[in-house]
Amino acid sequence: MHFPEVLPLQSGASIRDYHLAYETYGTLNADRSNAVLVCHALNASHHVAGVYAGQDKSEGWWDNMIGPGKPVDTDRFFVIGVNNLGSCFGSTGPMHNHPDTGEVYGADFPVVTVEDWVNAQARLLDRLGIPQLAAVLGGSLGGMQALSWTLQSPERMRHAVVVASAPNLTAENIAFNEVARRAIVTDPDFHGGHFYRHGVIPKRGLRIARMIGHITYLSDDVMNEKFGRQLREGIDLKYSTQDIEFQIESYLRYQGDKFSDYFDANTYLLITRALDYFDPARAHAGNLTRALARATAKFLLVSFTTDWRFSPQRSREIVKALLDNRRSVSYAEIDAPHGHDAFLLDDARYMGVMRSYFDSIAKELQA
Amino acid sequence: MTDKAAMQALARLVPPGSRVLDLGCGNGAMLDYLQRERGCSGYGVEIDDANVLACVQRGVDVIQLNLDEGLAMFDDNSFDVVLQIDTLQHLRNAETMLRETARVGRTGVVAFPNFAHWPNRLSILRGRMPVTRRLPYQWYDTPNIRVGTYKDFEVLATKNSLRILDSFGLQDGQEVRWLPNARAGTAVFHFEHA
Repeated sequence: MHFPEVLPLQSGASIRDYHLAYETYGTLNADRSNAVLVCHALNASHHVAGVYAGQDKSEGWWDNMIGPGKPVDTDRFFVIGVNNLGSCFGSTGPMHNHPDTGEVYGADFPVVTVEDWVNAQARLLDRLGIPQLAAVLGGSLGGMQALSWTLQSPERMRHAVVVASAPNLTAENIAFNEVARRAIVTDPDFHGGHFYRHGVIPKRGLRIARMIGHITYLSDDVMNEKFGRQLREGIDLKYSTQDIEFQIESYLRYQGDKFSDYFDANTYLLITRALDYFDPARAHAGNLTRALARATAKFLLVSFTTDWRFSPQRSREIVKALLDNRRSVSYAEIDAPHGHDAFLLDDARYMGVMRSYFDSIAKELQA
Repeated sequence: MTDKAAMQALARLVPPGSRVLDLGCGNGAMLDYLQRERGCSGYGVEIDDANVLACVQRGVDVIQLNLDEGLAMFDDNSFDVVLQIDTLQHLRNAETMLRETARVGRTGVVAFPNFAHWPNRLSILRGRMPVTRRLPYQWYDTPNIRVGTYKDFEVLATKNSLRILDSFGLQDGQEVRWLPNARAGTAVFHFEHA
């Protein structure tokens, strides 16, 4: 959907003539009360569920969660997936042309924040004619958007479901992002972010960024279980420092290669920066309780015990701030082995809690 | 202790409209009852996945926490009533949690199996740990790691400067006010911090 009007950004800059890619699933009911907005994380898009006809492996990134008969049941809810500004999956991003100059944005694409994304999403809801969401839902960075929604437009949703998220990033978390960014920025093919003009892609940097990211999304146990110390070929060591020796190396290189084929380098910088910046307590001298006083939605929070990137402790901070404000909140801490990635995987307890919560939202719709 | 009469007897200790925290809330039946019948609000705390799911299913707000890690998430006096119904006997840090219960709630209600109930005494006299409807486990597989009596709790409450507002036994859903330490399978204490 095209938006000609200017969207002011938190940085003071603005963007206009932009495009938001979105998909919807299910049917909006007569009183427009059954809409669920799904916010995406770093490496995801508006394509949250279903498959594209005739395309193999085109399942949406949250297809196990969202669809007919699934925990977020599209037979009952009208689900909206939207791709964020600055991303590389259809909405306006750094690979598109600046409307003033006609040149590719590249490094000149404005820095966007979680709050800016929420503002852009709100305009999409305006256009779709949805005054109030039944729920806003997201995991990880998507959970930050869901949380921010409840602060920026408290009246605009009845429920917020925040999975494997945090009220801000820790220093260690910002550090991981910075290593990834430096890998990209120092790639000779990056050209200060204007690599499009040179007809090259900073693939080395993207590969390394993805490898680092990937390590942090898994748990030590899962990695050991999957790969252990297995060698890629045979049982003899090659005594080489540069060849692939262990299976885990092969796996990470494969993930890096795959990622560098489709992800945009500037998008990676923009999205990790949005993660770094998100901190609703900042305007309240670090007091999260005061920051969340605006929220009126009913909350469900979910975390995973082995997630060390967005640890249960961080979700508990949000729960505590909501309790302090006497808000309705439920919190499930799922003892899953898969680290941060658990939020995208099937776990009977996780799926059960999500299904039950959305069932209760659906019941409210009928009441 | 899931029968309706016992639940109602305990619910009478919770004033209508109270803000309630139910520690070890199980499947949320008590909070559900308090919300529907007495206009209360609040949260359950549970560690068990199946119970957390049951609470979400019935629309009771539940926080999944291990009570052995304390109640740091909850502020002083942030609830009108804190319930510990058949919870105390499972806690490693039972005394700390009792103090925490008193800190977080303006009042507390604790109910637990009374080990001095006469059938239990008889069993011990015969030289065996009791296995009853109320204490259905063998000594080697019981989750009830704290075994105490009605009288024991009075001592513990006094030690922690709790003011007992009311106390009685519960047997077959009925209040037992005469010789509760011998005549009741369940001890109930309603208290506030000094």
